[in-house]
Amino acid sequence: MAMERSKFLFTTVAFAALALYPFAAGSFGIDLVTKIMVYAVFALSLELLVGTTGLVCFGQAAFFGIGAYATVLLSSPTDAPSLAWLLPACVLAAAAYALFVGALTLRTKGVYFIMVTLAFAQMAYYVVHDTPLGGGTDGIYLTVKPVLGGLLDLDKPLALYGFTLGALVAVFGFLALLGRSRFGRALAGIRVNEQRMRATGFSTYPYKLAAFVISGGIAGLAGFLFAVKDGFVNPELMSWHLSGAVLIMIILGGLGHLRGALIGAFAFALLQELFKSEAIFGDFAKHWQLGLGLTIIASVALLPRGIVGVPRQWRERLVGRRIATTEVRHELAGPPPRVNFRVRSAEVPNELA
Amino acid sequence: MDLATFLIQCLNALQYGLLLFLVASGLTLIFGIMGVINLAHGSFYMIGAYMAYALAPIVGSTFGGGFFATLGVGVVLAVLLGYVLEWAFFSFLYQREHLQQVLMTYGLILVFEELRSLLLGDDVHGVKPPDILAGTLPLGEMMTYPVYRLFISGVCLLLALGMYLVFTRTRLGMMIRAGSANREMVQSLGIDIKFLYRVVFAAGVAVAVVAGMVAAPVASVYPGMGNTVLIICFVVVVIGGIGSIRGALLASLVIGVVDTFGTVLLPQAAGVLVYVLMALILLWKPDGLFKAG
Amino acid sequence: MTLFRTTLVAAAIAGGAASPALAQTAPKLKVGLMLPATGTFAALGTAIEQGFRLYVAEQGGKLAGREIEFVKVDDESDPSKATDNVNKLIKRDNVDVLVGTVHSGVAMAMAKVAKETGTLLIVPNAGADAVTGPMCAPNIFRSSFSNWQPGYAMGEVMAKKGYKRVVTITWKYAAGDESVRGFKEAFEKGGGTVAKELSLPFPNVEFQALLTEIAAAKPDAVYTFFAGGGAVKFVKDYAAAGLKKSIPLYGAGFLTDGTLEAQGADADGLFTTLHYADSLGLPRDNAFRLAYAKSYKLQPDVYAVQGYDAAQMLATGLGAVKGDLSKKAEFAAAVEKARIDSPRGAFTISKSHNPVQDIYLRQVTGKENKLVGVASKSLADPGRGCRS
Repeated sequence: MAMERSKFLFTTVAFAALALYPFAAGSFGIDLVTKIMVYAVFALSLELLVGTTGLVCFGQAAFFGIGAYATVLLSSPTDAPSLAWLLPACVLAAAAYALFVGALTLRTKGVYFIMVTLAFAQMAYYVVHDTPLGGGTDGIYLTVKPVLGGLLDLDKPLALYGFTLGALVAVFGFLALLGRSRFGRALAGIRVNEQRMRATGFSTYPYKLAAFVISGGIAGLAGFLFAVKDGFVNPELMSWHLSGAVLIMIILGGLGHLRGALIGAFAFALLQELFKSEAIFGDFAKHWQLGLGLTIIASVALLPRGIVGVPRQWRERLVGRRIATTEVRHELAGPPPRVNFRVRSAEVPNELA
Repeated sequence: MDLATFLIQCLNALQYGLLLFLVASGLTLIFGIMGVINLAHGSFYMIGAYMAYALAPIVGSTFGGGFFATLGVGVVLAVLLGYVLEWAFFSFLYQREHLQQVLMTYGLILVFEELRSLLLGDDVHGVKPPDILAGTLPLGEMMTYPVYRLFISGVCLLLALGMYLVFTRTRLGMMIRAGSANREMVQSLGIDIKFLYRVVFAAGVAVAVVAGMVAAPVASVYPGMGNTVLIICFVVVVIGGIGSIRGALLASLVIGVVDTFGTVLLPQAAGVLVYVLMALILLWKPDGLFKAG
Repeated sequence: MTLFRTTLVAAAIAGGAASPALAQTAPKLKVGLMLPATGTFAALGTAIEQGFRLYVAEQGGKLAGREIEFVKVDDESDPSKATDNVNKLIKRDNVDVLVGTVHSGVAMAMAKVAKETGTLLIVPNAGADAVTGPMCAPNIFRSSFSNWQPGYAMGEVMAKKGYKRVVTITWKYAAGDESVRGFKEAFEKGGGTVAKELSLPFPNVEFQALLTEIAAAKPDAVYTFFAGGGAVKFVKDYAAAGLKKSIPLYGAGFLTDGTLEAQGADADGLFTTLHYADSLGLPRDNAFRLAYAKSYKLQPDVYAVQGYDAAQMLATGLGAVKGDLSKKAEFAAAVEKARIDSPRGAFTISKSHNPVQDIYLRQVTGKENKLVGVASKSLADPGRGCRS
């Protein structure tokens, strides 16, 4: 129970801090944190798939990109479009592609699933990159930002910041509730052992498809926010580099925890800013990818459960043994090619109890 | 398209496919036998290309050798590099989950790119092919086909044959195949599985480096060349079936054909076609075309 | 409260009295350099920066009495990060002037933000027609070229040479499309036809299939646009396919600028058009080349010249407004009237703020792009779509 309370406390403090941040920050700071919050929404969408359901998707950027492109393509170049229909339209566009991709790919397993999701993301990438539909490699501009009646004008940075924060809190809350629901429990069961779920009579395919579609929709929402913030979309928003980056964010933060996605997005973005900063590294700042790469390797080596797992790691080190945990190892589904005689008795899957 | 042009395009497709096979075979070996997803595999290709550029003057001045001498030195260095990398870094990844392997090897890509930038700079370089191979063969009335590209195809085929023979006809190959099926069993039979894995990894790295060195005169040497090759290689490995050299060969050739003829017949769809192909094949055969072995 | 307020007012007055004394030394002028430090265009970014810094150093580090302070951001030639990077310079670092960049997609993002915020922007390379076309603005200037210019010049040259059927080949992105469009306009006006327009996605470099297509089409000549690594590979592949002997290859100057060392003998004899050449023989150019080689131990290229001229344009405008950048209209008027004494030959600025310059015809001889003649004198980009 202490665990539950500290989790809740952390989340509340974090959101409160974000709400108060604009009063202390300059316009650049607001810009930066808006961008990080958009990435946090994006990371949360992937967390639903990878952390909760155990489906490692390497094509999440496609849904993000579709949300972004839909925003620009559906907006008129002269009048401000209304948020009321534009936002749902973009989310639905991304969710529709997720439905299409999910229906075709969820039959595959393990690393093949990863590659097939990558394939469909690359398909979307090449469609906007090579055909006149997407404006080609140089991208297209969003000339007028959307508004909500007379209440909200997303052209103003503070309004956009508040809207993004609101979206982040809403998505976080939604996913937290989802996790506690019967649906969420079923997804957790699928992650732990899909064969067992099927043996007990659960039809897992519709659940996986539903999770896939919801995840795609949330990624589309992140894409919408990104397009509004930047005012510019280009094919790199669908590239596998971005799919990889968001995967790294949730692993860095800690898989299996919603706040892991949040922490991971902030950590990844801030690490990049740190290594790029000329104030600290001088001329070496142009080799910032070296620092970032080494940090990623070090953090995976030393923080196997991500940043979220650090408090427990310290406690274990102090106590001197492994603490029983309800966390589950995230294996890729598929028949194991070798028999593993090493079972850690303290780590007993407990999700369905 | 007349017959002459068609035949030339087929040669183009074959050469591109075989080069792809060379890089992808290393990937499928490491992936299939040790279960490690190595995103940095494209970096080995890049290292090979930059080695071809950077070693040529050094080899020339110390031994007086030319292209083939550089190639030989490069192979030795690559095996050493693979051995050391496996011992220092990759051996820790076997027990890790695939996601962590993805993360660590992604970090490795960044490190390799920046090391290359620090040591050899960011310029684009060309590498000259050796003089005996620099000629062209006349094909049709206007076109000639570079001899060097035929050389590349030849090298790839030789290596493919070599790998096949090692795997199916030698004891080492047998141990490797056994080790991929059941690691513990092989260990309990007294075979040093760690050494075996190290050999396989070094071989995989060496093959990718050789591919980079051999391709350098044709592909030119530039930053980011590893990333472009990486994704296509993953596609090859997955279509062919993880761990199957035969599958990688077939998949590479198919992709070579689709890409070459796609660029010519449907330029706007060329990029998408390869991925449509992969999706279709996976939906028909979810485990790829061939099983491991 | 009253005591506090009094102290505050006293401090303000004291500060106000002191500031005229401080204001004797004009505040530093912050120049934000947004150039690629990583990626395929990194060498170009370095050359531009070095050219710019050389001019500032020649003026003793000050332009119009204001000391120049540099702030750098690596744009990685990535359009998706462009808006972020520009915002970093404008909002975090509060630069007075923006200078950048190489990649056209990134430059367009910069132009958009500059247009919205009114920040002064000088583009030292990116040739996207839009920057001095629909995106033009009184505060946006370019010291390099528009993609249309070298292409148009080559179209005139090839039409005059008597070629009738030509095939074009390039990357499918703004720079490639616009270069070919410029070429096509002049070539068709001169009586020729473009039989086929081949393209491949950027930055793909597998040319074999398309080279076979060119051979099959049997044109009189080929016009191409490639730059950087792609240019190296294309020239070599073209020669290796045996086409160099049978179908003459022409291109926009980027095909052979900065790439000759890598291309070797395969580039010998190629004709290209560009607003610069390696052996112009102009005294201004000789002085520039000497100074550049002394400072950086390297020979300059067209990118260094563009960076150098960007600094010259800034200096010209700054001089006219005596260092006060808030006088935007006067700044623009001064630069529009000016005749920039460039190493490439003096040039003026068109109404849409693009250089009106001579485009030279060059031929690769030895390891140089030797000047053959002037392909097009004082060629002005039409600036279509610019409503300024």
